[in-house]
Amino acid sequence: MDVLDVARWQFGITTVYHFLMVPLTIGLGILVAVMHTMWVRTDKPEWLRMTRFWGRVYLINFVLGVATGLVQEFQFGLAWSEYSRFVGDVFGSLLALEALLAFFLESTFLGLWIFGWGRIPKKLHLASLWAAVIGSIISAYFIIAANSWMQHPVGVVTNDATGRPEQVDFFAVLTNNTALAAFSHTIAGALMVAGAALVGIGLYHLRKRRLAGRSPEETDHAVWRRSARLGGYVSLIAFVLVAITGDYQAKLMYEQQPLKMSSAEALCTTEAPAPFSIFAFGKLSDNECDDVHSWTVPYLLSYLAHGDFSTAVPGVNELQEEYSAAYGATYPDDPSFGDKAGEPIDYTPVLAVTYWSFRLMIGMGMVSAAVGAYALWSTRRGRVPTSAIGVYGSLLAIGTPFLANAAGWIFTEMGRQPFVVYPNPDVPREEQVYFFTAQAVSPGVSAAEVWTSLIALTLVYGALAVVELWLLTRFVRRGVTTSDGAPTPGHTPEGSPDDDVSGGADVTPGSASTRRSDEDDVLSFAY
Amino acid sequence: MDLQTVWFAAVAVLWTGFLLLEGFDFGVAALLPVIGRKEADRHLMLRSIGPLWDGNEVWLITAAGAVFAAFPGWYATWLPALYLPFVLVLFGLIIRAVAFEWRHSHHTAAWDSTWTHVITAGSLIAALGIGAALGATTLGLPIDGDGNRVGGAFAGVGWPALLGAVAVLAYSMVHGAVFLALKTDGPVRVAARRFATRWAPVAALPLLLWAGLVHLRSGTVVTAGLWLVAALAVLVAWTFIRVDREGPAFTAWAVVMLGSAATIFGAAYPVVVPSTVDSAFDVTIADASVSDYTLTVMTWAAAVGLPIVLGYQAWTYWVFRKRLTAEPVEPAGETVSA
Ligand code: HDD
Ligand code: HEM
Ligand code: HEM
Repeated sequence: MDVLDVARWQFGITTVYHFLMVPLTIGLGILVAVMHTMWVRTDKPEWLRMTRFWGRVYLINFVLGVATGLVQEFQFGLAWSEYSRFVGDVFGSLLALEALLAFFLESTFLGLWIFGWGRIPKKLHLASLWAAVIGSIISAYFIIAANSWMQHPVGVVTNDATGRPEQVDFFAVLTNNTALAAFSHTIAGALMVAGAALVGIGLYHLRKRRLAGRSPEETDHAVWRRSARLGGYVSLIAFVLVAITGDYQAKLMYEQQPLKMSSAEALCTTEAPAPFSIFAFGKLSDNECDDVHSWTVPYLLSYLAHGDFSTAVPGVNELQEEYSAAYGATYPDDPSFGDKAGEPIDYTPVLAVTYWSFRLMIGMGMVSAAVGAYALWSTRRGRVPTSAIGVYGSLLAIGTPFLANAAGWIFTEMGRQPFVVYPNPDVPREEQVYFFTAQAVSPGVSAAEVWTSLIALTLVYGALAVVELWLLTRFVRRGVTTSDGAPTPGHTPEGSPDDDVSGGADVTPGSASTRRSDEDDVLSFAY
Repeated sequence: MDLQTVWFAAVAVLWTGFLLLEGFDFGVAALLPVIGRKEADRHLMLRSIGPLWDGNEVWLITAAGAVFAAFPGWYATWLPALYLPFVLVLFGLIIRAVAFEWRHSHHTAAWDSTWTHVITAGSLIAALGIGAALGATTLGLPIDGDGNRVGGAFAGVGWPALLGAVAVLAYSMVHGAVFLALKTDGPVRVAARRFATRWAPVAALPLLLWAGLVHLRSGTVVTAGLWLVAALAVLVAWTFIRVDREGPAFTAWAVVMLGSAATIFGAAYPVVVPSTVDSAFDVTIADASVSDYTLTVMTWAAAVGLPIVLGYQAWTYWVFRKRLTAEPVEPAGETVSA
């Protein structure tokens, strides 16, 4: 493999890994803030316990999001320096604004929330969590605006002297329709992740308590029941949102990146009306579209692409010709293209990947929504599900929206190959801004260096995943403590406000020991 | 002043802010094995930086982001030239971040001490690595006319990098000690004060040397003045710490960094990456910068955003302003819950 391939693997692995934490941070952050708000408004102990339990899950996950996000920030310069030079006029400012307007908000107010229990007024404490959560959402917006600009560059003209795009309309970059669509789709996808976690863990504990003969009168029963049902509603509603926003994205894709659309469908030749493929047979893996046959739903692709049942959807074969004519059949014979210089250009992305990742995304989302419906149905009117299959199935299904999210990104990113910055078809051909992935990699860095970092990062990430999962599993299994340590309404549970322990040593009223170990006290939080 | 100069100054401010703020949490982490003899002490030390380290780290992200945003040519030359060192820094920052959170997620003596060591190790790696990167970008990297590194993976790690590394770590350790003396009480405060008293004059030397060298290469009268301020501040800080005036000592020690960083960036201007191959290959702000339109947009964003950020960060520091004391320790054999 040359530098380009290694760097691509590295980017793909680290980004998908980062995006395992990200949707949980965003989705769970919103839900924990809602729980905390409910506690402040109602003073009901179950809301406090939910806030503390889910808040802790949120924090364990958050830190890994921070740690892996750092790698992302530097990676553009490290391995993709030519890309950074090329897009610098637009892309860097979005990253910098993300840091200035979002990351400071997130990190500062989250620190305040963690250590603020009992030290700052209740409402201000709640507001600091909301500030952190809003920070995450702003961060998602800026980074997706950056990513969407690569998918659909707007607001720029080419500077003839440097050959690079120069920003002329920042507002256009911020209101790029691709970005608005992808942002709303991603936030909804993040809510699916949080919903699935609430459902799986909520049902698991409900069943466990029932089997252990615990009384449904205890606060904890309410904690898990509320969690499961909240999760169920969130899963269902978020799935509807994901479908609506996804449908809009598909319509944009039909205009902006038609090749991605037809390769997602393994649609070889232009068809009108075009059918939607459900399951493909044949040699998808050879990238030979003509050998692929599939079960199809007639008219559906035309609908997805253009909102009617007759529109022609162009096929891979035609588009490949069109792109070759417009952007060249071979890469220029120039050293900046590395090993690819002078080679033929394949404008069709890897069919097997685009085709199956698209289906994985939708399919896993459907599974997750179905599990959400099951949670609502099985807990209707005070019921507690005892079916092992249903409950462990729901627990397992926590993974499905994670898979759907990863598949969505792999589809989006690999579907735009061989471009890293995709030409915008609304702009006349000679004024288009575009950039091939083959040009983007750092010319001065050797394959050995990128191999070293790829291997090192993969090993570290693997080890982190093991510890993280172990900690989360242990923590989740233990659940909330059953001692009826509900704090007195109006009081924060940590004792006096000028107690410097800052949440470290939560004192459960009535408990003999004033220094209980964190291990069995879900109410304790900080260092 | 043209916008490129404004942004050069903004980038300098962000890096200085990062060195000042993250400097003390790097320092506290590096001092864990030195001062934190007992678990209760280490716990106290970690609590002093617990609410602050992540916010401090965002200064690094913003500083790097601002380099990319205003001077992509700098970003794209600097990072690949020091590819492996930067990856090592990332490694240090990753293990440090997770260790802060994981340390208190489970409790056995072995678990606590493992993650305490990881926090120290990660902070040492990060402080040294970032110091090295800054040393190299102000004193010289082996780059050719296209901004590409010549001479192999470690060609960027020369004496400038080593000087920067030592300077940042040594400065941060005393910075962390003064911070602990200011923020804590009990044995930690005593030990921190002792450490700062003993090491303050020595610990500033590499930083002053670095600043002095950049000044000698391309400085002005102004940077000479700034350098003198930094050098005098060392004496002032040392005096205050010896008479137990921790607040003024902390301020004076901060001035050491402010003066040195101002000397370094002021003298380096307008060069952002000097080439050790040939000074004709130096990357300047004019070579590296984005368009005036983009700089204008960012200037507005920063003019609105930065004061707000400074406001709420200052407020958090104020909320957590109280001195911390160690909690009573549980009977021997048991670890203290954190
Ligand atoms: C849809 C949202 C989204 C996407 C596509 C990305 N991130 Fe991210 N990132 C977040 C949403 C997010 C977040 C929710 O804001 C995180 C996750 C956990 C956290 O701490 O904040 C975060 C953390 C995070 C951090 C640490 C922030 C801190 O210290 O507080 C950095 C530097 C980045 N990210 C950078 C990136 C880059 C360069 C990306 C592009 C490849 C990227 N992220 C993709
Ligand atoms: C601002 C945000 C992003 C930018 C600038 C970006 C940019 C890039 C770049 C430069 C590459 C390497 C070139 C290539 O192989 O295409 C890449 C590949 C990739 N990215 Fe993104 N990306 C962003 C966000 C994401 C996110 C959030 C994900 C998902 C988690 C993601 C998933 C991938 C994957 C899977 C690859 C590998 C694709 C391949 O090798 O063909 N990207 N991206
Ligand atoms: C229900 C039907 C769904 C449809 C029609 C749909 C449609 C799409 C389309 C067309 C894209 C590509 C956008 C582009 O490349 O320009 C996309 C990307 C993506 N999808 Fe979906 N999707 C669906 C469900 C889901 C689900 C359930 C999740 C996650 C829980 C999800 C997460 C993502 C993510 C993270 C991306 C990449 C980011 C982006 O471009 O928005 N999608 N989706």
